[in-house]
Amino acid sequence: MTDDSAIIHIEGVEKRYALGGEADVLALRGVHLKVSPGTYIAIMGPSGSGKSTMLNILGCLDRPSAGSYWLGGEDVARMPDDQLSEARGLKIGFIFQSYNLIAQLTVIENIQVPLLYQGRDVRQFHQRCVDLAKLVGLGERLGHRPNQLSGGQQQRVAIARSLVNDPLMILADEPTGNLDSRTGAEVLDLIDRLNAGGKTIVLVTHDERVAARAHRVVHMKDGLIDREVVNRPPPTPQCLATNSPAPSVSASRA
Amino acid sequence: MLSYQLASTVRLGIKSLMLHKLRSALTMLGIIFGVCSVIAMLAIGEGASFEAQEAIKKLGSNNILLRSVKPPEEGRSQGGGGGSRGSQLKYGLTYLDGARLQSTIPGVLRVLPMRIIRENVRFARSEFPCQVIGTLPAYSDVAGAALVRGRFLCYMDEQHKDNVCVITTGLAQRLFPTEDPLDHSIKIDTFYYRVVGIVQERSQPEQRSQSGKMEGQPLDNNVYIPLATSRTRFGEVLIRRSAGSFEAEEVQLHQITVQMRDTDAVETADPQIKSLLDHFHEQNDYEVIVPLQLLRQAEQTKRIFNIVLGSIAAISLLVGGIGIMNIMLANVTERTREIGVRRALGAKRRDITRQFLVETVVLSVGGGIIGVVVGVITPFIVSQLSDMKTIVTFWSVLLAFGISGAVGIVFGLYPARSAARLDPIDALRHE
Repeated sequence: MTDDSAIIHIEGVEKRYALGGEADVLALRGVHLKVSPGTYIAIMGPSGSGKSTMLNILGCLDRPSAGSYWLGGEDVARMPDDQLSEARGLKIGFIFQSYNLIAQLTVIENIQVPLLYQGRDVRQFHQRCVDLAKLVGLGERLGHRPNQLSGGQQQRVAIARSLVNDPLMILADEPTGNLDSRTGAEVLDLIDRLNAGGKTIVLVTHDERVAARAHRVVHMKDGLIDREVVNRPPPTPQCLATNSPAPSVSASRA
Repeated sequence: MLSYQLASTVRLGIKSLMLHKLRSALTMLGIIFGVCSVIAMLAIGEGASFEAQEAIKKLGSNNILLRSVKPPEEGRSQGGGGGSRGSQLKYGLTYLDGARLQSTIPGVLRVLPMRIIRENVRFARSEFPCQVIGTLPAYSDVAGAALVRGRFLCYMDEQHKDNVCVITTGLAQRLFPTEDPLDHSIKIDTFYYRVVGIVQERSQPEQRSQSGKMEGQPLDNNVYIPLATSRTRFGEVLIRRSAGSFEAEEVQLHQITVQMRDTDAVETADPQIKSLLDHFHEQNDYEVIVPLQLLRQAEQTKRIFNIVLGSIAAISLLVGGIGIMNIMLANVTERTREIGVRRALGAKRRDITRQFLVETVVLSVGGGIIGVVVGVITPFIVSQLSDMKTIVTFWSVLLAFGISGAVGIVFGLYPARSAARLDPIDALRHE
C-alpha cells in the first residue's frame, strides 16, 4: 500500500472538527498527496481551505480523523501522543512564521532544544550545533538572546534548530511572513540551499513569489487539493544519489 | 545520562525563574517564612520545655518531695493559738512524719529531712543572705550534690552536733574570693561554723517553694550544716520581725525528700504518702511534689505546644504553597506559546510536566534552603535578645525542609499537568 520511497504519503485523509451536535466541520475531505525525497513542495490556498489543518497533520501535531499518513514509511496516523512527539522531534524540522525561539535561551541553546527531547547529550552534539549556526551565518552570535537579534537572524536560528536532529523534512509555515522582502529572500535562499543539499521541504505560504521557488505547488480549496502546478521536476532518486549531500548538515558527528 | 538531563532541566528552570526575579523572590518568600517559622517555633518550644524538664529532672525522678507550707489564713486560728500580734504558729512536717514514712511506705530507700533557715552568712567583712540547710549526710546522695573539695557532712558531725558546714561553690567564690575556704570559720547568726567541704549543687530543691521570697538572690548561696546542729542552734521556733510586729513560727522540718527505689514505686507511694500524712495533719500544711508527674505534665504540655506551633507554621507553609501554585499557573498561561514550541520540537507531555515541576521544586526547595538558614539563625537571635532558651533540633530542620519539598511537588503538580495537557496546536497559536 505504501510507497517506501516517498517521504510523505497521504491517502484519503479527512479531518473533522466536532463543534457539538450535528454541525461538524470537515476541514479536510479525503486528501491524497505523495512527496518524494528531495522535493521542495509549496502548499497554497486561501484561509479556510484546510491549509492549516493540512500543515498540522503533516507536522504530526494533529491526527487525521480518517485516512492514512506514512511519514518516511512509518504510519503516524494512529500513533499515541508520546510516539507522535518523538516523530515530530526526529523526523520534522519546524520553521514558524514568528520564529518561536525560546526567549530565555541563547542562540546555541535554542539550536540544542530538539536534542534535549530525544534524550541526547547536548555536549556530544555541541560541534554540530556550532556548525549549524555557522551554516545559517550566525557563528559569531552563539551567546546572543533572541531579543538581541533581528527578525531575519531569528528565523535563521530557527532554521538551524530545525536541522539539528537531521529530520526527514523541513516544515515551514509562512517563514517569510514577518520579514521584509530582502531578509525574506535571504531566508528563502537558505531554504533553497538546504533543498539543493537533498532536504525535503514543505512550505506553506500564500505568496506566489515564495511558492515559485518550489518544485511543486499544491493549491488547496475547501478541504481538497484543487490543482497542482509543477514548476520544475523534483529530483529523481538517482539524481539525489549523485548529488553531493549538504556540507555540514548531515556530516559532522564529532 | 538521566542525571545530566535532570541537571539541564534544573538549569533551565532556574533560568526561567530568573526571567522574573522579583516574582520568583516574592513567591519564595512564602516558603521561606513557612520553613523559618516551623524551625524557629519548634526551637523555641523545645527550648522552653527543655528548661522546665531540666529543672524538674534536677529534683530527681525517683524522689517525692514533701514541703511544709503555711496553712491558709482561715485555718490558722485553730492551729496556733490566737491570730493577733506576736502569735506563734505551729505547722508543717515533723520528725515523726519522717519516721512514719520510713517505716510504713513500701519501696522507700531513704527519707531525708531538711530544715531550711534564711540567715546572713559572714566571713571577714563580706556578708551574704543564704539558705542555711540543716540536713543529714545522705543529702549528697539523694539530692545529687557533687563534692568539689573536702568532705560532706558525716554522722559524727550529726551525733556531736558539731558546728561544721559545707558550702556551695557559688557562695565559696563570693565569700572567699582570694582564699581557700576550707578550715576557715564563717559566722551564721551568732555562731561560727568551720567549712569542711565545698559542693557543686546540681539540684535546687528550695528554688520552687521560695522563689517568691528569693527574688534577685543568687540561687546557689547554700550552707549545709548537720540537722542536729540546726535544731540546737536555731531552735524550732523561728521569729520573723517586721515593722513593729513579729511573727513566730514553729516548724520542725521544712522539707522531707523521700527517695524511692524506682519510678514504679514513686507511682504507688504517692497516694499512700498523702493518705498517711492526711491522717496526722489536720490542716493542709504540707504539699507533695512528685517530680515524675511534673515531668510527664511538662512532656504533655510540650507535645501540645509543639502541635499548636507546628500547625501554625504548617499553615504558613500551606499559604506559601498556594502562592507558588498561583504563580506557576500564571506562568503556564504566560508561557503557553513556549510550551507549544517545545511540543512541536519533540517534547513529550512528561517532558513539559517535568519542566514545570522542576521549576516549582526549585522555587520551594530554594525557599526551603534559605528558610532553614534563616530559621536556624532566628532562634539564636531570639535567645540572644531574650533569656529564652532555644534548641534547634535536627528533625525540625528535616521536617521543615521535607515539607517545603513536598509543598513544591504537591502544588506544582497541577500547574505542570495543566501545562502538559495543552494541545500543541492551540498552544502554538496562543498570543
